[in-house]
Amino acid sequence: MHELSVAAAVLDTVVRHAGGRRVTLVRLRVGELRQVVPDSLELYFGLVTRGTACEGARLEQELVAARLRCGACTHEWRPGGPAFRCPECGAGGATVLTGDELEVHSLVVGGPVAACPEPAEEAQWTRS
Amino acid sequence: MDEVVNVHRHVLEHNDATAKQNRADFDEAGVRVVNLMSAPGAGKTSLLERALPMLAGVRVGVLEGDVQSSLDADRMRALDVPVSLVNTDVTFAGECHLDAAMVRSGLVDLPLADLDLLVVENVGNLVCPAEFTIGEHRRAMVFSVTEGEEKPLKYPLMFRTCDLVVVNKMDLLPHLDFDLDLFLDNLDAVHPDVPHQLLSARTGEGVRCFAAWLSETAGA
Ligand SMILES: Nc1nc2c(ncn2[C@@H]2O[C@H](COP(=O)(O)OP(=O)(O)OP(=O)(O)O)[C@@H](O)[C@H]2O)c(=O)[nH]1
Ligand SMILES: [Mg+2]
Ligand SMILES: [Zn+2]
Repeated sequence: MHELSVAAAVLDTVVRHAGGRRVTLVRLRVGELRQVVPDSLELYFGLVTRGTACEGARLEQELVAARLRCGACTHEWRPGGPAFRCPECGAGGATVLTGDELEVHSLVVGGPVAACPEPAEEAQWTRS
Repeated sequence: MDEVVNVHRHVLEHNDATAKQNRADFDEAGVRVVNLMSAPGAGKTSLLERALPMLAGVRVGVLEGDVQSSLDADRMRALDVPVSLVNTDVTFAGECHLDAAMVRSGLVDLPLADLDLLVVENVGNLVCPAEFTIGEHRRAMVFSVTEGEEKPLKYPLMFRTCDLVVVNKMDLLPHLDFDLDLFLDNLDAVHPDVPHQLLSARTGEGVRCFAAWLSETAGA
């Protein structure tokens, strides 16, 4: 369910940057605090990309580990699970240094989508 | 022929940009906006039915996000407040949450400049709505005691990103084996020091405190 929303947003971002070319690989960076299930995201990505310039593209997901910093004592730690209170001083208000990422890192694109008669219209991208 | 395109963009960047536009419109109109989120059926609409009539001197409007029906919107219209309904099933893959663009499309039906407070009832879903900012000033979530103590640990994002957690259906507590202290411990682990409000939208107990939080948010 959640991964469907994320997959649609990924596709949206990719299409904006692909410049009308066929996409063969999408590299994502996903923070572990994002509650994204990789297999599920891959499945939905396969579904939402059907009939688009991304159809058949491989999705590579790099999982980014969480790191937090305490606002009170500046202690930095890697939480084992969703635990945001500082283990050193007990303060709340930790800053997320890493682990919140949900980022399209890069794409690999090939030539223009061959079977497309009207390149101006994304909706017309068809299977080749 | 293959070429690497560096993107380095947050996937929700486009949504965040639209949310900023919404926010600018809210601020220009002088209206404060609350994003009200929960799992399906936690009691958002029931709570608003109770709380909105308590808002003396606050001009309030409601934007209802619903998958298909107008049931919740009709319940709000019965309160005699301006209501805008956004059905999310018209957008692909958007069935489970409101995003900034959907909210924007619903704003045209509201007299923003005449409002002090706009409450957005998001689609009932414990995960997706938390990902999509809509330009709100504050987020509140309704959690009901029928949902289980471990929910903050299983679905931390919404609990982590809200400014108030309403614990609803407290009237049912005697009939459940829900461990309130355990839930509050779990909540504290995920979002240390977040304020919470125990209440029952059924009996009305505690609702006045939620209404006071809304008034304060509206700057009244
Ligand atoms: N016992 C009890 N039932 C409640 C309480 N609040 C809401 N309910 C019931 O819970 C059910 C769902 O309430 P709603 O207010 O429609 O919940 P909602 O969060 O708006 O639901 P969706 O918009 O569909 O996600 C209804 O049958 C309500 O009568 C409460 O405090 N106690
Ligand atoms: Mg409702
Ligand atoms: Zn500390």
